[in-house]
Amino acid sequence: MSRVAVRKTYKLYIGGKFPRTESGRYYPLYDPEGKLLANVCQGSRKDFRNAVVAARKAQVGWSAATAYLRSQILYRIAEMLEGRAGQLRDELVSLGSTPRSAEKEVMTAVDTLVYFAGWADKYSQVFSTVNPVASSHFNFSMPEPTGVIAIFAPQETGLSGLVGAIAPVICGGNSCVTLASETRALPAITFGEILNSSDVPGGVVNLLTGSVEELLPHMSSHMDVNGVAYYGEDAQAIQVIQANAALNIRRVGIYDTVKEDPYRIMTFMETKTTWHPVGV
Amino acid sequence: MLQESKTKKKKKPPTDPHDFVHGAGFAPAPESIAIRLNKAYGLFINGRFVKASTGKTFDSVNPATEEVLAKVSQAGKADVNKAVKAARKAYDEVWGPMPGRERGKYLFRLARLIQERAREFAVIESMDGGKPIRESRDVDIPLVAAHFFYYAGWADKLDYAFPGRKARPLGVAGQVIPWNFPLLMAAWKLAPALACGNTVVLKPAETTPLTAMKLAELIQEAEIPEGVVNIIPGYGDAGAALVEHPDVDKVAFTGSTEVGKRIQGAVAGTKKKFTLELGGKAAHLIFNDAPIDQAVEGIVNGIFFNQGHVCCAGSRLFVQEGVAAEVIRKLKRRMETLVVGDPLDKNTDIGAINSAEQLERIKLLVNSGEQEGACLWQSGQRLPKKGYWYKPTLFTDTAQSHRIVQEEIFGPVLAIQTFRTVKEAITKANNTPYGLSGGVWTDKGSKIFKVTHAIRAGVIWANTFNKFDPTSPFGGYKESGVGREGGLQGLAPYVELY
Repeated sequence: MSRVAVRKTYKLYIGGKFPRTESGRYYPLYDPEGKLLANVCQGSRKDFRNAVVAARKAQVGWSAATAYLRSQILYRIAEMLEGRAGQLRDELVSLGSTPRSAEKEVMTAVDTLVYFAGWADKYSQVFSTVNPVASSHFNFSMPEPTGVIAIFAPQETGLSGLVGAIAPVICGGNSCVTLASETRALPAITFGEILNSSDVPGGVVNLLTGSVEELLPHMSSHMDVNGVAYYGEDAQAIQVIQANAALNIRRVGIYDTVKEDPYRIMTFMETKTTWHPVGV
Repeated sequence: MLQESKTKKKKKPPTDPHDFVHGAGFAPAPESIAIRLNKAYGLFINGRFVKASTGKTFDSVNPATEEVLAKVSQAGKADVNKAVKAARKAYDEVWGPMPGRERGKYLFRLARLIQERAREFAVIESMDGGKPIRESRDVDIPLVAAHFFYYAGWADKLDYAFPGRKARPLGVAGQVIPWNFPLLMAAWKLAPALACGNTVVLKPAETTPLTAMKLAELIQEAEIPEGVVNIIPGYGDAGAALVEHPDVDKVAFTGSTEVGKRIQGAVAGTKKKFTLELGGKAAHLIFNDAPIDQAVEGIVNGIFFNQGHVCCAGSRLFVQEGVAAEVIRKLKRRMETLVVGDPLDKNTDIGAINSAEQLERIKLLVNSGEQEGACLWQSGQRLPKKGYWYKPTLFTDTAQSHRIVQEEIFGPVLAIQTFRTVKEAITKANNTPYGLSGGVWTDKGSKIFKVTHAIRAGVIWANTFNKFDPTSPFGGYKESGVGREGGLQGLAPYVELY
């Protein structure tokens, strides 16, 4: 008799730990042949709120980390991801991707991380200014992270979209709570395991699985969230996110797809200007 | 104002610094210059002054004398439509296609016209808004000209502003500005919008429309093509109609957080870009090792500049315990020397409160401070009988929960708290939904960097306060707004990158 395989339980990733949803709910994901792949956690409002607490706690330390360190940690994620490429490929294929597109998606995710790893200690130089004020002052402006960002990851891709949505946000020193693709949720949780072994402090990236429709009102109206990134084209969802942003003047980024672009980092950065007199 | 008080120090006798309490020792020194002010102003649409479609007008009142300065047409929805239409036509046919170099020359021309008539504009600004002539003459109007001059030069250099990208204008910008720095806010809005190739519909505040209407005259004199700038004075309904107009591509607003939230809600679901410059409740931190006498000048400048009608005013003072008694004693002594009165007198430090309505709001919040248990102190100046005035005021024994600590008063009212450690100061400073500005006084350089980095606000003044410059980006974190005005960063809200 052949050996019985050990299956994996897919849970959430909050504050560096892997809890089940507090709600006890799940939704099944099947492979193209209709075989059960996993009972995925149906994340709840309460899970999101817990994740925001973890993200807030982690954000201060993460933004205080040196740019060099953040750069190395992002690169470390890429290393870990490359090492688990086979597992992620299999998961993507089990969710219906062709082997070729699964391979491409994993490699794109790795390369995107390397791309943003390189930006972590450079965007500040490209987007800062020393301002020649007409008085006797030294005056400079530089980007600082906005804070805690809620991310609705792209639905079509399970991994490259997720990684491409998270990387620019944490590159700048923000923390995030990310809702993974509903139907392609498996690689998200595996990515959580990768983060957990990549020196990313717990809480900097939190991953939820569940329904966009259910979580959207909560994720877009939480008063301790400073920004929302939405990947998609649902006009009604976009309207809700933008209207709820007015509750606390939240920053919003609406995108069709992920992109390697330093301006994506700047969406969730604030410009701070500092003045000091020059004299003796 | 800091520089002004330094100048004044030289004049006063070294033995007794208090002989000019209540302004004594200064003979009246009113600014005298002929101004050209019409009895009535129409809306400025498509290069011409026209009556409002409703036929309605409102009075612009001098808050220091309660005299009517001019009757101004009041824009309604039909006028907003007309102005947006004119702006769209000018964008499509003239301003959008014009080479940046030519656009820039128009703005340079406008900057020069403002410089030439700066004194006249300063006088009108002080009459219409109540601010001391020293401020309008030395701060507001020079900065207006400098702003146009700065952004004029960007018009043909946008390819250098955004690494890896090209920039193109958005179209028609709808801009709504407040009454505290009437012409300066107009310049902050107009200059970058025009430099980037957008056309504009600007709505000035209902209590201070006059310098904007005078600016419209200069726009005619500069021969800026008709429809490029449209200025439509009016009330909140006109502002709302402008913000919600479907043919407006970009909304820029400076004002209260409450209205800012309504605007952000109103543009939700549209493709409109927006920038908001909203309220503030700046923390001003004085450490034990601060240069105390300079810090006291900084505190005064921080909260009493422009009667405290400043969104970035240093309205929450935090003093480290070791120097708290000394700072408060010296601050009170300095407050007694402030000259409150005629805005057109060159000796005046604190002018008139902008409107009866704003005066009521200040009184209401000061009453709440007393009721909630804070300790009130006011300096002893006599206030003029006519007009709207408020004495320089401070509160001690305040708590984080007090309304005077949490809410923007927008008047000459300071709430003082003490602290022991740097960590405590930072925590208290950040304990507000606002994040516009902050101040730090210490002679220790490493502490400056630690604290300025930790304060969650867009502009931090270290060992100075309330300084502004066209090259220096200004704007808030958190509920103090979105986007920056000024500097290279101030171009971004007015372009689309591709």
